[in-house]
Amino acid sequence: MSGPDVATFFSPGDFLAILPEMVIAGMACVILMVDLVVPRTKRWVVPALSVLSVAAAAWFSWNLAGSGVSAFSGMFVLDGYAAFFKLIFYIVAVFAVFVSIRYIKTEEIDLGEYYVLMLFSLSGMMIMASGSDLLTIYLGLELASLPVYALVGFLQKSRKSNEAAMKYVILGAFSSAILLYGISLIYGLTGTTQLAAISAALETGAVSGPLFTLAVIMLVAGFGFKVAGFPFHMWAPDAYEGAPTPITAFMAAGPKAAAFAVIMRVFLEGLFPAYDNWQMAIAAVAVGSMVVGNITAIMQTSIKRMLAFSSVGHAGYALLGLVAGSEEGIASVMFYLLVYAFMNLGIFGIIIMMRRDSQSGDQISHYAGLAKSNRLTALAMLVFLFSLAGIPPTAGFVAKFYVFMALIHKGMIGLAVVAALMSAVAAYYYIRIVMLMYMREPEKEFLLASSRGILCVLIIALAAVVALGVYPLTYKPRPARRSAVGQERNEMERWYP
Amino acid sequence: MSGHLLSSIVFLPVLGALVILFIKDARAIRWVALVTLAVDFALAIPLMRGFDVSTHGMQFVERHEWIPSWNITYYLGVDGISVLFVFLTAFLGIICVLASWKAIEKKVKEFMIALLIMQAAMLGVFSALDMFLFYLFWEAMLIPMYLIIGVWGGPNRVYSAIKFFLYTLAGSILMLVGMIALYFAAGKTFDMLVLMEHKYTFTFQIWVFMAFFVAFAVKVPMFPFHTWLPDAHVEAPTAGSIILAGVLLKMGTYGFLRFCLTMFPDASRFFSTPIVVISIVAIIYGAFLALAQKDLKKLIAYSSISHMGFITMGIFLFNKNGIEGAILQMFNHGITTSALFLCIGLIYERTHTRHIGDYGWAASRVPVYATFLFIFTLASLGFPGTNGFIGEILIAFGAYEVYKPYLILLLIGIVGGAAYMLYMYKSMAFGADSHGHGGHGHGGSHDDSHGHKVWDVDFREAIALIALVVFVFWVGFHPEDFLGYMHESVGNLINQANTSKFEGLGL
Repeated sequence: MSGPDVATFFSPGDFLAILPEMVIAGMACVILMVDLVVPRTKRWVVPALSVLSVAAAAWFSWNLAGSGVSAFSGMFVLDGYAAFFKLIFYIVAVFAVFVSIRYIKTEEIDLGEYYVLMLFSLSGMMIMASGSDLLTIYLGLELASLPVYALVGFLQKSRKSNEAAMKYVILGAFSSAILLYGISLIYGLTGTTQLAAISAALETGAVSGPLFTLAVIMLVAGFGFKVAGFPFHMWAPDAYEGAPTPITAFMAAGPKAAAFAVIMRVFLEGLFPAYDNWQMAIAAVAVGSMVVGNITAIMQTSIKRMLAFSSVGHAGYALLGLVAGSEEGIASVMFYLLVYAFMNLGIFGIIIMMRRDSQSGDQISHYAGLAKSNRLTALAMLVFLFSLAGIPPTAGFVAKFYVFMALIHKGMIGLAVVAALMSAVAAYYYIRIVMLMYMREPEKEFLLASSRGILCVLIIALAAVVALGVYPLTYKPRPARRSAVGQERNEMERWYP
Repeated sequence: MSGHLLSSIVFLPVLGALVILFIKDARAIRWVALVTLAVDFALAIPLMRGFDVSTHGMQFVERHEWIPSWNITYYLGVDGISVLFVFLTAFLGIICVLASWKAIEKKVKEFMIALLIMQAAMLGVFSALDMFLFYLFWEAMLIPMYLIIGVWGGPNRVYSAIKFFLYTLAGSILMLVGMIALYFAAGKTFDMLVLMEHKYTFTFQIWVFMAFFVAFAVKVPMFPFHTWLPDAHVEAPTAGSIILAGVLLKMGTYGFLRFCLTMFPDASRFFSTPIVVISIVAIIYGAFLALAQKDLKKLIAYSSISHMGFITMGIFLFNKNGIEGAILQMFNHGITTSALFLCIGLIYERTHTRHIGDYGWAASRVPVYATFLFIFTLASLGFPGTNGFIGEILIAFGAYEVYKPYLILLLIGIVGGAAYMLYMYKSMAFGADSHGHGGHGHGGSHDDSHGHKVWDVDFREAIALIALVVFVFWVGFHPEDFLGYMHESVGNLINQANTSKFEGLGL
């Protein structure tokens, strides 16, 4: 990593490194224009262009992956870690577009901005995954969040949607401010915003005391908000419920994974020397998220709210991998988020299919007797629910297993036991839906709004959930070392050639 | 073929399930399921015949790389203990299909698929030698069993299904934590044979033993973890009850034998007296509860708790007679209780009541049925000449060697067992027909007191019942055919269980 040398700041290589991000952001602008000239009858051009841009970005990422380039004076890196997260984002974005096409017609919000905002958010997430400087990270975070605020409120005629957007934007701005304050404290204490330099400064042992603790708490709070961890999860149920369902799926899988990418990089690369300072704080957030998320989910009647609380619980599990702080822990979180993306998009795909004409699939009770008329849909939902509950042989089980491995390897048996018990609690509300689908009589005929896009998503997600459950992607865990993310690159190439 | 015999046995039912997926006709589906399981059972015969009884080593071993970075392998094999349960499971599979032939009318396809997948998972549990694989099969059983109870069960099925699911899940999820702790303690391996050889500290053994104990105790189920069982049995369809009683409950005691005694011998010995005591509580308490039941299925369910008490007691006696008796009794209980649930299922199909007071005419109107029921009643209460006798007497021998007063308590249990079984049989076969109804025989069929048509055992049912009777007397008169399989393995097991795993605190 070179110093802040102005001469190298604008080298062409730097722009090559951010080519995928530029493609997405550039295409988002192009699509905005195209949307104006496309005739009503050819609306399919907009989503098609969106998917093509993601594909193009993915192709560039593929070729850049593993190059290990550090661009813009060390503010932006292209390691295997970032490449893996970008893979998750691409999958999430493409799936989100596929499940949206029919839905936004039903809801009469078929505007080009919908896809454009999604692409802007995607580019922000990609910058987050690659950011190795607190400022780049903050930039990416805001770029990823702002379009989502707008998307949550996209159902202009729905009061719930508007309210959700309002809450989300206020709380989001508040948490961003806290985060920024934390970043400024870190800068004040260490004199840098670069993660590697922060790590080096902390290494000397000169930085400690209540001010540093305050900075850590602010970072935990700021990031905790972004991943909807307890006690910063209050926005999640309202935002998830009010948002258009494809956006709920998108934000639960995409920006959340991006926030995890950032958290792990910041805490394990930048703040690793202060592991003892933040470990307890993160562990408390993780346990709180698992307990509160899962227990509150039991009481929900709206399926979207239930999944919101369940995602709080899942954030808790994933945070445990960070608490472990080992390479194994990082790998387990990465695997968890990949699996979660598939399960989540799968189940939301089905919820979206339930929305047709006057029928809405928002309430859990709407699923009663689904298995009677729609066997395959119910079977797919069963697999996703069992995977969310962590029952083998699904990928959800392997993901939890991986986290348990990381925890127990570090001797954190207590946390593993809490996580185990909470997954038994979680099983209750997932299985309750299976029960409704299979063991109750339907109240009326089901009309499913299936489309080729949704079916495609469902089939891929289903295949992934089963395949990753039977043959999980793993890498051989080496003994845990400090500052693990930086050294993860070679290991992760196996995941993402 | 022989190289993949175990894999074939385990995965053949899955293949059958896939075939059924593409069949529409309910009749054809039943036949495919039956043929699949018959072939599966036929494959289990060369397994039994080819089994070398002179060694305790694992046989028919198959091992392939699976998840190399976690050192997880696809590793199957059977020893003299598990081979019996692979056989039992394969055998009961056929009985299950026969029992569901007419009883399951709605969603036949889904039912048979669930049944076949269940069968594969159960066979997998008994033959897995890699702990990860074991856990995978162990938990995978929950899904089809949950559906079998919840979709095809009785009126209160939903509650029972979810209770069953949560109880067993909560029990076994802690076992997962224990398994991973073992993995790291033994130097990153899930190979069960290696884990058995490894030494663990006493404190470690105690903690992991408790994690495993809860999982197995819920499955058995041991007092006081038994409350899910009567609910699940009463609501489950006949095939579900047969699987539950015949195979699922054995998983818990198999777990004790396979994991607790071999991997944590010191902890097992440390806890042996309390476990024997709660086993005796289960024997007596279960017997008294059974005596108070008016519902046939509940009666047999509580009798299972009592019988499983004998088995857990035998295991934790730590001697040859006790453990061999326990294993044989596991096999016997699988046969006898399945037979009793089958009998109840058959009569329920005709009369649609499980209330003991509604019967009392079995001996006069359905004599063949009554004869079969009589044989299984005797087997269940441990009458000499039946399989139950051999198992119970061996456990009694084992108890005698350890602590003589146990025998008196066992006696109460055995007398209690005789009391409730004979009470049940008397009420069903010879009780007064309280409604004073006179059945008119026409075409060999009769009406019961509620006007239901009652006919005696038909051909399909007779096949299932005769097959079960064969085992009742085979074990009863020639137990050595079955005990012979386990001598070496049990000898080795006792050896392991009596060897202290750490220095300093020997026997």
